[in-house]
Amino acid sequence: MEPADEILEEEDAALEIPADPMRLNMGPSHPAMHGTIRMVLDLDGETVMNVDVQPGYLHRGFEKSCERGTWSQVFPYVDRLNYVSPMLNNVGFALAVEKLLDVKVPDRGQYYRVILGELARICDHFTCNGASAMELGAFTPFLWLLKVRDWIWDILEKETGARMTHSFGRIGGMAAPPTEGFKDDVRAIMPEVRKVVGEAEALLLKNRIFLDRMEGVGKLSKERALALGVTGPVLRSTGVAYDVRKDHPYLVYDRFDFDVPVGTDGDNWDRFMVRTEEIRQSLRIIEQALEQMPDEGPVSIDDPRIMLPEKREVYSTIEATIAHFKLVMEGLKAPKGAVYSFTEGGNGELGFYIVSDGSGTPYRVRVRPPCWFNLQAAREMIMGDMIADIIPTFGSVNMIGGECDR
Amino acid sequence: MSAKAVKKLQSVLGDAILETTNFRGDEEVRVALKDWVRIAEVLRDDPDLAMDHFTDLTAVDWPEREMEGQPRFDVLFAVRSLSKRHRIRVKVYVKDGEEVPTLCGVWAGANWAEREVFDMFGIRFAGHRDLRRILLYEEFEGYPLRKDYPIDRVQPLVEYRDVDDTLKLPPFGIEEGQPFARVDWEERLAGRDEQVSPSIGLQQGQRRALSDSEIAETQFTKKAEETAAE
Repeated sequence: MEPADEILEEEDAALEIPADPMRLNMGPSHPAMHGTIRMVLDLDGETVMNVDVQPGYLHRGFEKSCERGTWSQVFPYVDRLNYVSPMLNNVGFALAVEKLLDVKVPDRGQYYRVILGELARICDHFTCNGASAMELGAFTPFLWLLKVRDWIWDILEKETGARMTHSFGRIGGMAAPPTEGFKDDVRAIMPEVRKVVGEAEALLLKNRIFLDRMEGVGKLSKERALALGVTGPVLRSTGVAYDVRKDHPYLVYDRFDFDVPVGTDGDNWDRFMVRTEEIRQSLRIIEQALEQMPDEGPVSIDDPRIMLPEKREVYSTIEATIAHFKLVMEGLKAPKGAVYSFTEGGNGELGFYIVSDGSGTPYRVRVRPPCWFNLQAAREMIMGDMIADIIPTFGSVNMIGGECDR
Repeated sequence: MSAKAVKKLQSVLGDAILETTNFRGDEEVRVALKDWVRIAEVLRDDPDLAMDHFTDLTAVDWPEREMEGQPRFDVLFAVRSLSKRHRIRVKVYVKDGEEVPTLCGVWAGANWAEREVFDMFGIRFAGHRDLRRILLYEEFEGYPLRKDYPIDRVQPLVEYRDVDDTLKLPPFGIEEGQPFARVDWEERLAGRDEQVSPSIGLQQGQRRALSDSEIAETQFTKKAEETAAE
């Protein structure tokens, strides 16, 4: 073959490769499309010209299933929404029903919810950051971060009896009071967690490959993010300091001193850094909550119409037996009406719009999944970038299939 | 949520606000369908309201209301303001088969939310550019979040699969899935049902057993008859 520079200019046209856009299916079973998402891409070379994001492969009919049981029977389902931070979903749903009932959990229970919830949030962010790094080839940080998740899961297992799907929240409190030594257990891992965050940063933040693939990739503007309903770390990375814990404090979040980290560009790098910083802020919250949490007192409200009585009493007194029977068979009678209650989940504003018709069965349970709206914005992040950029972008959006598809 | 926002809205739109409620501090206003997009634009553009953050759009099915001659569905959206930190919910009554104008032009976030409402309730949004099913698949029959869609309904096999004896291989077997519910909507809409607890209703002969899958069986026999006829 003749060298390229000897080819005459007139012949250039004949050598060009036809540039029709190519249609490519990515997912639903693709290693990087965790959570089974299908993306139909229109490619020009390696540039993504258009993309159709198709969720729904994990749809299990959550909202319909909620309409057939009692209010309490929804808890196992919400666990399986965002299965990376189930405790936050548990608490979010419990708060929604409590808003409908207009009751407030005792102080100790609120602190307990905050601490367990923040531990779950740390897990969530660690998993997201670790997985993002792993998909870019950095396997070690992933393992180091998941090591921390295991420590946290050990604590959650000790408290709730399950490592992942706890079903530990109750309407009006928690299933059980904190175990003895709960505070010491959490305090013991705090410095270790902080150390690992630093270690993971040291591994990644000066890595050329990691920087190249994160910085300036998958950008989202502030205005578009707001219009698209984006919340959580993805919104904060665009420079909007909206955190439900700060803007509409629930539980006892108004008693803690913590910052809301924000980014500037809304790219992958900002999303990564916002999550990393939020882990530190969560640790700060946990430290203060441990300090303030009373050692004595109930974690649940004392109302037999809402909370199940203790098992010991159910077996020994008729009142408790009746209360137990009524709650299990008829379910909690929530007053007629509709409320929208929202908390800061792992990925943003986790809202529950619940409608009650006064019977013991939920009439409608609508979850506002943060992932759903974040994923909707993923289209705009991906378009115009290279096909390889989809992987870090999709990773940093942190789409959780269970929550997105319900 | 903010009562101030509702007051402001009332002063701007006047009679368009049909009803305001404030249950547990959630401000909610109801408008007529013709004002649906107008109120959204006012909410977004008025400097005192500045609802720039789209939150949610969903629907609720009230089939019993339809029997009383009222529209069947509630369609509602929730928005918040970033700078003012207030929220509001706007509701509209929609008849079965009636189209709701799309809000995609006001907040881009309404796109997927409206697709989901169409997918789950069968409410169409006029002017929506891409109204496809989003969580379910194209061949799915019925709209699952309607109250008259039984939870244990078996969906037909999708054509594509080339299996000879499909009756033996339903995608979800007849006894699988979720065999019970506390409210039997079919019975309730037919006006035969006052019971909440299915077991008591069954004992007193007020209703059929909820765990038997009659729908599945009728489908089964119907299909068998069809094959026999062929």
